[in-house]
Amino acid sequence: MSNENTHKHAHAHDHHDDKPTGFLNRWLFTTNHKDIGTLYLILALVMFFVGGAMAMIIRAELFMPGLQLVEPDFFNQMTTMHALIMVFGAVMPAWVGFANWMIPMMIGAPDMALPRLNNWSFWILPFAFTMLASTLFMDSGGPAAGWTLYPPLSLQGGQSFAFVVFSIHMMGISSIMGAINVIATILNMRAPGMGLLRMPLFVWTWLITAFLLIAVMPVLAGAVTMLLTDHFFATSFFNAAGGGDPVMFQHIFWFFGHPEVYILILPAFGVVSEIIPTFARKPLFGYSAMVYATASIAFLSFIVWAHHMFTVGMPLTGELFFMYATMLIAIPTGVKVFNWVSTMWKGSMTFETPMLFAIGFVVLFTIGGLSGLMLAIASVDLQYHDTYFVVAHFHYVLVPGSVFALMAGTYYWLPKWTGHMYSEKWGKIHFWLSAISVNILFFPQHYLGLAGMPRRIPDYSTQFADFNMISSIGGFIFGASQLIFLGVIIHCVYKSRVKAPGRVWEGAKGLEWTLSSPPPYHSFNTPPVIDSTTVAHAEGTH
Amino acid sequence: MSHHASDSYYVPHGTRWPIIGSLGLITMMSSAAFWVNNSEVAPWTFLAGVLILIVMLFGWFGEVIRESESGLYNAQVDQSFRMGMMWFIFSEVMFFAVFFGALFYARMFAVPWLGGEGTGALTNDLLWQGYSATWPTAGPAELGGEFQTIPAFGVPFINTLILLSSGLTVTLAHHALKMDNRPRLIFWLLATVFLGFFFVYLQISEYKEAYQHLGLTLGSGIYGSTFFMLTGFHGMHVTLGAIMLTVIAVRSMRGHFKPENHFGFEAVAWYWHFVDVVWLGLFIFVYVY
Ligand code: HEM
Ligand SMILES: [Cu+2]
Repeated sequence: MSNENTHKHAHAHDHHDDKPTGFLNRWLFTTNHKDIGTLYLILALVMFFVGGAMAMIIRAELFMPGLQLVEPDFFNQMTTMHALIMVFGAVMPAWVGFANWMIPMMIGAPDMALPRLNNWSFWILPFAFTMLASTLFMDSGGPAAGWTLYPPLSLQGGQSFAFVVFSIHMMGISSIMGAINVIATILNMRAPGMGLLRMPLFVWTWLITAFLLIAVMPVLAGAVTMLLTDHFFATSFFNAAGGGDPVMFQHIFWFFGHPEVYILILPAFGVVSEIIPTFARKPLFGYSAMVYATASIAFLSFIVWAHHMFTVGMPLTGELFFMYATMLIAIPTGVKVFNWVSTMWKGSMTFETPMLFAIGFVVLFTIGGLSGLMLAIASVDLQYHDTYFVVAHFHYVLVPGSVFALMAGTYYWLPKWTGHMYSEKWGKIHFWLSAISVNILFFPQHYLGLAGMPRRIPDYSTQFADFNMISSIGGFIFGASQLIFLGVIIHCVYKSRVKAPGRVWEGAKGLEWTLSSPPPYHSFNTPPVIDSTTVAHAEGTH
Repeated sequence: MSHHASDSYYVPHGTRWPIIGSLGLITMMSSAAFWVNNSEVAPWTFLAGVLILIVMLFGWFGEVIRESESGLYNAQVDQSFRMGMMWFIFSEVMFFAVFFGALFYARMFAVPWLGGEGTGALTNDLLWQGYSATWPTAGPAELGGEFQTIPAFGVPFINTLILLSSGLTVTLAHHALKMDNRPRLIFWLLATVFLGFFFVYLQISEYKEAYQHLGLTLGSGIYGSTFFMLTGFHGMHVTLGAIMLTVIAVRSMRGHFKPENHFGFEAVAWYWHFVDVVWLGLFIFVYVY
């Protein structure tokens, strides 16, 4: 009977069961979650290389002490744009791309809940990033005050400033609409039997991420709006002469900023929690603990923001509160790491590329978590703040953290998406080169920071020369290794002849593996039957 | 746990409106950026962007309304729309929360510190000697010159009554819709629209008064900044809400909405209540205290 119904709709409705024909129909006007997911992923990959090129310029300038390649102001434009592009252009859209591709398949839905809105969420972004990137070609150059846009420095940005503000507004609109879609999809489109505590962890982490996005993107919008009016319309939000306070900007920015870093990492937790059970051939250890840990991290992320501001001058009680609250986050984070390790414990493990990246994630992300704990100690952060130690910290959580998880997820689901296997050999080469070089790149930065090298400076004292050169060499190897990633993807999409089965990985559980590879255009036209063999986490079994 | 999956799903076909919307948005946003950088054509291209966006909204919603009226949507689609609207309103709540946060921060921390309270003693002594913290204030440098504030129990209080009663009228309209009483529905909706625009009218006259007679402007230090940004964004939302109510009223006249199924109406009503609640916060924290 369900077939009959679907057909009726198909006729009433431009054959929405078939793939649309023609380039514009397929990509520009699409309402299909997989096509939109692909668009997001392509945008993210392009931005990853654009932002990466900027990182190469930064590391090239820092290869040796003294000013060699670029003007100091251009250097600052590079650090600012690198961060903005990587955070808003690469990692966030990449996760939305994953959400688009995977969530409907994982919960047994035909598509996202609001498919047209989905199209708009994506198609705002190319315009927003074109506008952001165009600032580099203006007389004033691009923004150079750091991605945190602190006033009064950011207000001196000349012509580019307003363009940056408005492009951030557009990214915010896109993110909020995308997050609304994810929440509506997860809460409303689950197939019967897919109870909340049966959902794959990737779905859970995205549900919570979406909540964070809707809660804090408007806060960022408000912050940059106040910057704009302070600059152009004589308001005094961040101007002490008028009774405002530049420190207030920092509070508002980090009220957005700290949840934002969890927006970048929570979906990574989800992906890793999908991959490790598959290749350890064991159910995830402590499934519900993982869910609760994610929720507590999200909750805590709203009350720790001022750990970015220990040095600006805060009342002592403030310093103490934010220090202890920040340290609390280590508990749910520790629970997660413990559970990943326990899942692998006594598992029959194999080490395909996704698993390698996932294990790399667990080990290296933890290093970043530990340096975070050091930074959380208010009294010593006075020394670490605004040094390369902070740079090392956040790059450990973001590169071998979020970015490794993105790569793990790409290798894990690429055969599902394309219907072809990627080259395992080149995948492994990509992993080992990345894993080794990322440590050469970022580990020395801890020492540089502890020895006092400030961040966002194009030149440095000669005592820092050796470690900077090592770091730059690591950076160039890491950068070059990512071309392999590009090669593997292109090969898998266009060249690979090895057909992927529906259940690509023998140990994989979950609804997405019950579909063919590549899956049908509308994942589930009728709700699938759900029982403990098709879901990874059957309620009450752990 | 609620599952609304019917035996078959509804997925809309492709659409051109979003890309048109994106073109409108980028035209508007980039023009805004050129405009503040003193470009002379930018106001016109800005206008063009706004127009494209308006066309997009009418086109897009028009399509959705036609589909809805022809009975294509099932309960699941309806639920998705509801969630979409609820979370959209939540994002708006957070947007206003920032500006309220700025107001509270300024009043509780920034201004007292400038006046020498707590660790601000040296700041006060070295930078702003003689400044003592008061509210309202244009800051130690008295940016924008002297000003007076708008008393709470004049027009703002009337505006409070207007918005509160508009919350009542929109609820009466809702009841009428549920009872399937069209004339009453239309009457109460039009009453709500009237109250909404009347609020906007009074607000604009207050702004004129502030600028022309009270010396209170956006540049009047932190007081002027928080006052105009909070009431300004709120006023923009009231205007938008009143336009949405107008659309709903026109649709009601055309016979749209059924007693048991009228999401479009409810979405606008929710939005209107949200705008109402924000105003209560404004009235208390901006005008009264
Ligand atoms: C155990 C968990 C964590 C703790 C305790 C922690 C703590 C901190 C602290 C105290 C700072 C401020 C350092 C300073 O500026 O002096 C900081 C900076 C930063 N953290 Fe973390 N962090 C944690 C996890 C993460 C994660 C998961 C991410 C992102 C995925 C992240 C991203 C960042 C970024 C981007 C910055 C620097 C922002 C900037 O100043 O530009 N952190 N962290
Ligand atoms: Cu933080």
